[in-house]
Amino acid sequence: MTAEIGHFALILALLVAVMQATVPLIGAQTGRQAWMAMARPAAVTQFGLLAISFGCLTQLYITSDFSVLNVVMNSHTDKPLLYKVAGVWGNHEGSLLLWVLILSLFGSAVAVFGANLPPGLRARALSVQAMIAVGFYLFMLLTSNPFERVFPVPINGRDLNPLLQDPGLAIHPPMLYLGYVGFSMAFSFAIAALIEGRVDAAWARWVRPWTLAAWCFLTGGIGLGSWWAYYELGWGGWWFWDPVENASFMPWLAGTALLHSSTVVEKRDTLKGWTILLAIIAFSMSLLGTFLVRSGVLTSVHAFATDPARGVFILGLLIVVIGGSLALFAWRGPALVSTGLFKPVSREGALLFNNLVLSTAAAAVLLGTLYPLLLDAIGGGKVSVGPPFFNTVFIPLMIPMIIAMAIGPILSWKRADLMAAINKLWLAFLAALVAMAAAWVLRSEGPLLGIVGIGLAAWLGVATLIELTGRIRMFSAPFGESLRRLRGMPRAAWGMTLGHLGLAIAIAGMTGAGAWKVESIQSMKPGESVNVAGYDFTFVGVKSGQGPNYSLVEASFRITQGGKPVVALNAEKRVYNVSKRPTSEAGIHTMFTGDLYAVIGDKDDSGGYVTRLYFNPLVVWMWAGVLMMMFGGTLSLTDRRHRVGAPKKHQGVAQAAGA
Amino acid sequence: MQSRFLYILPGLVFLVMAIYFAVGLTKDPKILPSALINKPVPEFTLPPIEGGSNKGFSSDDLKKGNVSVLNVFASWCIPCRAEHAFITQLAEMKIARIYGLNYKNDAKEALAWLKELGDPYAAIGADTKGRVGIDWGVYGVPETFIIDVQGKIRYKHVGPIKQKSLDEKIIPVIRTLSQ
Repeated sequence: MTAEIGHFALILALLVAVMQATVPLIGAQTGRQAWMAMARPAAVTQFGLLAISFGCLTQLYITSDFSVLNVVMNSHTDKPLLYKVAGVWGNHEGSLLLWVLILSLFGSAVAVFGANLPPGLRARALSVQAMIAVGFYLFMLLTSNPFERVFPVPINGRDLNPLLQDPGLAIHPPMLYLGYVGFSMAFSFAIAALIEGRVDAAWARWVRPWTLAAWCFLTGGIGLGSWWAYYELGWGGWWFWDPVENASFMPWLAGTALLHSSTVVEKRDTLKGWTILLAIIAFSMSLLGTFLVRSGVLTSVHAFATDPARGVFILGLLIVVIGGSLALFAWRGPALVSTGLFKPVSREGALLFNNLVLSTAAAAVLLGTLYPLLLDAIGGGKVSVGPPFFNTVFIPLMIPMIIAMAIGPILSWKRADLMAAINKLWLAFLAALVAMAAAWVLRSEGPLLGIVGIGLAAWLGVATLIELTGRIRMFSAPFGESLRRLRGMPRAAWGMTLGHLGLAIAIAGMTGAGAWKVESIQSMKPGESVNVAGYDFTFVGVKSGQGPNYSLVEASFRITQGGKPVVALNAEKRVYNVSKRPTSEAGIHTMFTGDLYAVIGDKDDSGGYVTRLYFNPLVVWMWAGVLMMMFGGTLSLTDRRHRVGAPKKHQGVAQAAGA
Repeated sequence: MQSRFLYILPGLVFLVMAIYFAVGLTKDPKILPSALINKPVPEFTLPPIEGGSNKGFSSDDLKKGNVSVLNVFASWCIPCRAEHAFITQLAEMKIARIYGLNYKNDAKEALAWLKELGDPYAAIGADTKGRVGIDWGVYGVPETFIIDVQGKIRYKHVGPIKQKSLDEKIIPVIRTLSQ
């Protein structure tokens, strides 16, 4: 019964979405208030129906109802409750349901909190939002129904992929989806603006919070995924440039560009066409990401061959959404007139530069991701262009961007004096040199790029602080005055400062962990010691045990430095009862300078165990930097100007009727 | 100021991609032809992995009258990890000499990888810059070539070797060429 309720709620949501996609849009085009007004209740209703549907699936998982195929394939009675719930979105069908749930959540948020939006823009944006929803509902109902029954009913399920049975990964997909789907709002507003034919400061101000929220979630989602890979995969790595990661990274790059260019639209009334295009691209990348990651259709020929209907539907959906919006852009885009003029050396110029680099980077990642997939699709087999491709393309692109990131914020709008700006940054330059020298002395054998990375981190970090001190007139005004300015600083400005500072710290972490990782792989017998980066890892021994749905071998290590005890680490190797698949839980001790990291492998013929021991420098900086960026974004989101709405003169009250 | 073309360009780029996708997704999976099939192996000499105990090899080693297998691998390549067990299995059968081409790989990481998973190769050449890989037409890792007794490339396998491809393709090809 529960499964049927969930299924019917989904069908009803489709019908509501069809109404919402057409009626308000026609109303906005023909100036009928009542038709437009339908968008808000429809959006809220959709969310209600989806909540029912999602609740039903969750209920089926919690009660282990094995008459539902989806539950059979991804759950098991012995699984802890948390993973029964996480299992709901740990598969293709369920994750799509989560996707549309979040989509409807954003839609209803616009309906509820969008009281100060012009009715025409709101009606059109919600219609566009509903069009996306229609595509997804159809996809689910026709090809990927999570409520499909199975008969005869199996006695137990096949369990969730053990790698996914982890608290970090349980909350990772919802977070990532909040990011992906969040960009659908910017997309819907962009399409609405194209239909309306106007983009102004007010528009940018309405779009910004949605973009910012999506960006924060996506940043968090990527960070969480990376953290999970770090402690769960047991290779001491945190970024592998695999399609799944790239799929989340591409919308992040495009979204970051969008975040910056929408500022230009808001403040300077220029770069309009570009901003609209970025909004379309950011969401297109999210769509691509959703399918690359979850459907398994594009990552594997095999999955595609077993169900061609899905592949064709996905391709069709992508063509309609992305192709349609780009066609609309080609048609209506030239009508968006920018009024603000600027010189190449100016804040606008710097932001445009940042946009171009980020877009190029996103394009490069796209190429590197799709190329092997396309090759796979035409029968070339699975290949990996791997980190060498991404590192040689991506890193050189980032270097000029980081350099410019430091200069951009202290340039003035319209026209700036580059030399004056660079003169202000002498201290940052000095800091970069000192940091590079220090890195050189401390780690002479690492790659040159490591030293460059540390220099860039110092340059960006110090330059961001210089911008802050300049803003509050530290050192040039009395201290009390500076303090007053510091308190009065708008939260959006704090957002930028923390965002940039967070990136600087994260770059230092990524550089440290990437360039100076110390790794030692060997076979050890209990009692033996290995020295890794000055730390003595002593293998104490192993003991076996049982988890809720797995058996485990736990190895303990004692770590000392120069004879003094540092910490005791436990590393686990688990084998899950149902799937018989092993996973490893690394033992990690985090310190300011780096992580001590131990992984236990199989027993070998000589009676010893294969152990992998690492010293991963500055890893915690990476997580701290990501958290700081998220915090900066959230702070900016609470800025007063997002709450009070746009200035009166921009608010086109008459436009709704006149459009 | 901005020409209309700039607004059309994104749509055109997407159109090309969509066509590429459509063609790619509707085609049946089949083996990609290689221009090098039935051609002699390209000339090269590769040093061993720096710091390792293995020796390097050159094109002359592939022309010594044995059937040989050249496997392109790297420690950063995740599919290679999956493939490694089957390469080892093939090596243990001793029906062909197996050479490893370590593609664009850091020496330390490659050695650690071999230490962890075992080293089934008769010799490993370190192609640090990927120059030799270009001559072999390598465009992704892993790839595997089978070379006949005269030193001609007779078979190319793209992607990781699995039990099925090993049993149904690689081993039969080696057996045919050995006769």
